[in-house]
Amino acid sequence: MEISPLIVTLKTAVTATVITFFLGIFLAYAVVKMKKFKGIADAVITLPLILPPTVVGFFLLLLFGKKSFIGKIFLQFDVTFVFTWKAAVISAVIVSLPLMYRTTRGAFEQIDVNIIQAARTLGVSEGKIFWRIILPNARYGILAGIILSFARALGEFGATMMFAGNIPGVTQTLSTAIYSAVQANDYDTAFQWTGVMMIFSLTFILATNFLPNMRRSSF
Amino acid sequence: MRVIDLKKIFTLLMALTFLLLTGCGGNSAQEKKSSELHISAAASLTDAMKEISTAYEKENPNVKIIFNFGSSGALQQAIENGGETDLFFSAAQKQMDSLEKSANLVEGTRKNFLENEIVLIVPADSDKKISAFEDLTRADVQHVALGEPKGVPVGQYSEEILTALNILDAVKAKAVYGSDVRQVLAWVESSEADCGIVYATDAAVSDKVKVVAVAAQNTHKPVIYPAAIVKGTKNLDDAKKFLNFVGTDAAKNIFEKYGFKCID
Repeated sequence: MEISPLIVTLKTAVTATVITFFLGIFLAYAVVKMKKFKGIADAVITLPLILPPTVVGFFLLLLFGKKSFIGKIFLQFDVTFVFTWKAAVISAVIVSLPLMYRTTRGAFEQIDVNIIQAARTLGVSEGKIFWRIILPNARYGILAGIILSFARALGEFGATMMFAGNIPGVTQTLSTAIYSAVQANDYDTAFQWTGVMMIFSLTFILATNFLPNMRRSSF
Repeated sequence: MRVIDLKKIFTLLMALTFLLLTGCGGNSAQEKKSSELHISAAASLTDAMKEISTAYEKENPNVKIIFNFGSSGALQQAIENGGETDLFFSAAQKQMDSLEKSANLVEGTRKNFLENEIVLIVPADSDKKISAFEDLTRADVQHVALGEPKGVPVGQYSEEILTALNILDAVKAKAVYGSDVRQVLAWVESSEADCGIVYATDAAVSDKVKVVAVAAQNTHKPVIYPAAIVKGTKNLDDAKKFLNFVGTDAAKNIFEKYGFKCID
């Protein structure tokens, strides 16, 4: 059995999660600190969670296509996105980012402001406050964000199909492989991949449930 | 209390990425044959095209065919926005017309190669004695599975047929609309619907349904599958060769096995 969809899926989801991790924390921090336009920034980042993934895929196609501004710049360096693995990663990042951002932001906002104010009165720099106080105190939220984003990236279908295509060994993920198998009436393959997919999803949902238990033994 | 160390998560993520990136880069480079042919094709062609490519690769061992199956509309959008592919096989003329208009095809390579028929199907064990489209108005036919007429091509053809037979309003009252043709097929397979209207090719792959009527040619627009070479192909010779191969008897036999009608 061809295992390339599993490899492509893992490769895409892991790479996307690493990018989402940094980007999500950065955006959460930036939005929490914002004074103006907080609501607008929040809505824009959360949008991919609400929009149907095919719509997200269509937007990405228009944003990164060869006719677009971004696409034209990259074309100068002979870099294209549509139907490439890069497109699969971008799709996964965009759809999983809201989850990372939301959970991290929630964790940031639950930190006692007094601790941060106290640090400021002691003359601790903002950078140090971020690294030594905010991040460590938000670690459970961040970890939950990572797990959720990774799980979402694993199952991504709509945007990937539209933007990255369904090319075996390159952009064909578990989700698109299942789609192709069903289209080809190859239900055995579809069931196998569905099984793999379910094991992965269950593992990650279990992992998120496990988190609060580590935090406190019981009420 | 156990403490989760962010730095450890960090390092783990980075290590994983590195492993996967290096590990997989090697594989694809090894498998490269002398020539690759990238084909984007309508999802309804999946099984037939796979079999044809196997036959083609046997005759041309230096060529490796890489497929990209999706809905014709999504593929057309992607190609117009710079998706690289050598050949495009569409399930309808509309998408090919759009690509031709936007100058994305190699001139003179477009051709119609397949025709599909629209059929009325019932569950294999049905005892309702449905034998023609006109029977859909009968009182004992309670649910008719159709494709959603706005977004699903087979739904549009179904409405044309029912309009031509003057029974559209009567059937609409008992219609259940599927979001794609496979869903219509699944409803009939499971006997949730008494009958459904699908492509002949969908009916051919399922042994849980039987075809009771084929729509007359004059009741709907013909269902034609066009193919063409996409501009910007780096492999024009092989693309032409494959397009010719699709017209050979060997390929035609495969298409017919899956319920298509070939066009000369």
